[in-house]
Amino acid sequence: MPTAKQRFTLAAVAVLVLAAASQAAMAQPRTDLVVGMQLEPPHLDPTAGAAGAIKEVTYANLFEPLLRVNADGALIPALAERWSVSDDGLTYRFTLRPNAKFHDGTTADSADVKFTLDRARAADSVNAQKAYFAPIASVETPDPRSVVVTLSRPDGLFLAHMASGDAAIVAPETAATNKQKPVGTGPFKFDRWVAGDRVVLVRNPDYDGPKPALERVSFRFISDPAAQVAALKAGDVDAFTLFSTYEALPEFRNDPAFKVMVGSTEGETILSTNNARKPFDDVRVRRAMAHAIDRKTLIEGVLYGNGVAIGSHFPPHREGYVDLTGMYPYDPAKAKALLAEAGYPNGFDTTLRLPPPPYARRGGELVAAMLAEVGIRAKIEPVEWAAWLEKTFKGKDYDLTLIAHTEPLDIDIYARPDYYFNYKSERFNALNDELNRTQDQAKRNALYGEEQRVLAEDAVNGFLFMLPSVTVQKANLTGLWVNRPVQANDVTGAAWR
Amino acid sequence: MLAFLLHRLVSLIVTVWLATIVVFAVLQLVPGDPALLMLGTGAQPDTLAALRAQMGLDLPVLTRYLHWAGALAHGDLGVSLTYARPVTELVAERLAVTLPLALLALAVSTAAAIPLGLLAASRRGRGGDWAVLGFAQLGVSMPSFWIAILLILLFSLTLHWFPAGGFPGWGGGVGPALHALVLPALALALPEAAILARVTRTAVLDTLGEDHVRTARAKGVGRAAVLLRHALPNALIPVATVLGLQISFLVAGAVVVENVFTLPGLGRLLYQAIGQRDLIVVQGVVVLLALFVVVVSALVDIACALADPRPRAAS
Amino acid sequence: MRMMLRPMKRLPLSLHLGAALTALLVAMALLSLLWTPYPAEQVRVLARLKPPSLEHWLGTDHFGRDVLSMIMVGARNSLAVGAAAVGLGLAAGVPLGLLAAGLGRWGDEVVARLGDLVFAFPAVLSAILLTAVLGAGAVNVVLALALFNAAVLARVTRGAALAVWRRPYVGAALALGRGPLSVTLVHVLPNIAGIVVVQATVLFAVAIVNEAALSYLGLGIQPPSPSWGKMLGDAQTYLFTAPLQAVFPGIAIALCVMGLTMLGDGLRDWLDPRHRSSGVL
Repeated sequence: MPTAKQRFTLAAVAVLVLAAASQAAMAQPRTDLVVGMQLEPPHLDPTAGAAGAIKEVTYANLFEPLLRVNADGALIPALAERWSVSDDGLTYRFTLRPNAKFHDGTTADSADVKFTLDRARAADSVNAQKAYFAPIASVETPDPRSVVVTLSRPDGLFLAHMASGDAAIVAPETAATNKQKPVGTGPFKFDRWVAGDRVVLVRNPDYDGPKPALERVSFRFISDPAAQVAALKAGDVDAFTLFSTYEALPEFRNDPAFKVMVGSTEGETILSTNNARKPFDDVRVRRAMAHAIDRKTLIEGVLYGNGVAIGSHFPPHREGYVDLTGMYPYDPAKAKALLAEAGYPNGFDTTLRLPPPPYARRGGELVAAMLAEVGIRAKIEPVEWAAWLEKTFKGKDYDLTLIAHTEPLDIDIYARPDYYFNYKSERFNALNDELNRTQDQAKRNALYGEEQRVLAEDAVNGFLFMLPSVTVQKANLTGLWVNRPVQANDVTGAAWR
Repeated sequence: MLAFLLHRLVSLIVTVWLATIVVFAVLQLVPGDPALLMLGTGAQPDTLAALRAQMGLDLPVLTRYLHWAGALAHGDLGVSLTYARPVTELVAERLAVTLPLALLALAVSTAAAIPLGLLAASRRGRGGDWAVLGFAQLGVSMPSFWIAILLILLFSLTLHWFPAGGFPGWGGGVGPALHALVLPALALALPEAAILARVTRTAVLDTLGEDHVRTARAKGVGRAAVLLRHALPNALIPVATVLGLQISFLVAGAVVVENVFTLPGLGRLLYQAIGQRDLIVVQGVVVLLALFVVVVSALVDIACALADPRPRAAS
Repeated sequence: MRMMLRPMKRLPLSLHLGAALTALLVAMALLSLLWTPYPAEQVRVLARLKPPSLEHWLGTDHFGRDVLSMIMVGARNSLAVGAAAVGLGLAAGVPLGLLAAGLGRWGDEVVARLGDLVFAFPAVLSAILLTAVLGAGAVNVVLALALFNAAVLARVTRGAALAVWRRPYVGAALALGRGPLSVTLVHVLPNIAGIVVVQATVLFAVAIVNEAALSYLGLGIQPPSPSWGKMLGDAQTYLFTAPLQAVFPGIAIALCVMGLTMLGDGLRDWLDPRHRSSGVL
């Protein structure tokens, strides 16, 4: 314990250092930023890959879709400065910014948009979200600034999809080389990529919109938790997004030089259950598992308390959310009784397959320990993403797995006939059909509520928690997103105070 | 001698050729589709097919092997499925980390081990010997990844002398780059130094027993001079042999240590490529590593045969 | 000459130390079958990352499990994996080596080339590749390490067996009409047993290190079964908050490897008199 005098000295030194730092800052606000990320992107073409890291570097910074999502999750203009939708919901007219240019100096006009959309829906398209473009019947370009997209059927999510990174507008001349040398229309342009270490973007001097405050932004890739903490403390990075070394947060919270922001993501983290496989085809078994899992302890153990429990497949921060977390309170005795009723008085053996992210590996270990308490002996099988996608997601050959579903508003996956949950419910499908036909927001919200209730009653999967979006940053940095409505590290609004 | 060299060369080629088949066959069995991994959960059958065609994964297995092996024979390792760049380019880039790391580790370990081995041999049975033997025993027993963690704990997190991981690249100057390699090189070098110190000690003790050394000693040549002029040069042959044999462990150690320090070296490239199912990169890197290990052990063999005047295979 | 003064029959010190250390670890592993301070798999999230105390001698891990208990059970797991990897290696490698030595030219060449092939891939690397194919887990790690061990043991066996085959009494036995099989069993095997045992001990130590490295990477022994390597891998993520957790499992690995290598060294010194007779200084 420091003595009172020592404490005074420490405080005095801290004040001096802070004063010196703020003086320096006032004299010349910094114009560079280093953002830490956990994973390095495989390449930098958002229209040809699903890896989240690609969008976390490029979205809104380097590439622009026609419209984009902002920090609040709202759709705002991007390459298109305005748009209109016909009454029948079939014709969309986009008007592009008058002076938009690609980073190589060529103008970004309607022909580029047509090229981008046609490329994404072509037969040989390798767009990770080709389904987003499936409703498009034709793309016309009446003049260089106007694009008219005609749909073959109404699609309530079309604009949201056109605001995704997968719909970033690219030029025909550079589309083939964007993976290594991305050329977009955004306020930042690509500078260099030091493999295994960082991608550097610099301010685009020819950007026709409002210019960002920062001149140079580096994204540094640090996968090791201890190295992440060390880099933040040493000032090697100014901010770390999707920070997952939760145990280090109290330390940063207590340090006035840092600011910790805990926001929401769209990631419902669930114990996916193969509803077609014995004994999980019995709702009593699934309900028993729901009673066996102590969400509070799980959130404490995996996220150090930085997460929100869910009772169904819907994020609490969205309109239409219904709190169902009380439906299956933690009750091992009840779980055992339900198991006995279902014919498993001594429990059973099963396999819990875990993909690589720490939340899955740690969460899985805890869930297995909780299931073991009621007699369900889950053997843990760690797999890489490739094997998970092939065997679990595509092959549907699994018992249990733990995974965060990060697509926004994806409750409709429970209506898909061949989704890997193997869940079939007439009630849910009817609700989903009605939802697709409904435009009125209040009615839609009510339907979303009904859907959540059906899923919770059927205990389709173990509904665990929302994955948090944790950002640790220097206290005098402003403008980074708190929440993460889409996968992005939008630095266009970031600035030093 | 010529027959021996020829035999060594043929067996080298056969081994590497077999290695290409083994690697290729093993990778066909790895579950997971690179195209599916790249496109994720939104992938549709038609996009998967298009991407697989683009990657050349739709061709029959034998055709793919022949394409790959044929190009390999010309020094072409193909194009990475993930990074869309030639594998040779990726390998060159990553070697710029792994090679300095391995050389640094090699330099540190030999620079530490040979004097320690000499010291131990000259003080056989006394305090110095025990100290060196103790150090060697400890070094051999500590896995390099644990040494790495301890080094991070002490020198990065506590003393803040070195970074806990990552690599700034050579573009920003030699200083910061070398700075980032110090701890990983130490972690790799320590077990290596332990082994080499023991080998040096034994080899020096062995040569001290040989006739010409005894003669020199009998003629009144001083102990230090005997050690440095007579025992050491002869002892270097077994030391070099062990060094050659250790290369394979150094390579394996680099895979793990690069992962601890998240260094963008060849080992990490390989480890990530396995995870990403970047088959072309895995094949290329594994075969290169195998080639390297095989060539080094052949060179060690040949060097030993050349250095050892006794007829080969007489034993 | 000083060497003359040394008692020739004295057991080497390393043999004593190695045997004692190994026995200690085996005893700990066996004890864990009957008793551990706490159940090694018992999770108590709220009691996580406690420093060493009277209650938990080595503290608790990130799920509040007792580290001492985990290390004890971890000893069992590590030794089991090592023993299985060496056992399988012996079962495959020794017969192959004997065969190569007994068969002469062609058989010899085939075994030698197969060995080269295995050695072309560093053991950890081929284990990483194999677990990618077969999946992570203790059994597959055993298989991967056994493959490497078999190759080493086949090579060692072959070399030692060839030396025995060249001895005069083997020629005599052959001249007397003994078949190669009987020569192998009666003359070769007993003569090479010592060398093989020494090598197997060293490989045991190597297997422990490699298993730890693979478990550290998450490919080896799977939770809830504790493993030293996995404990280190976990500890690395909270190096800032609980640095001691990155120390204890490492000490366990080092002690185990130290015991086995010293045992191997001691056995070699004891069995091979040439190793003792070197040096005049």
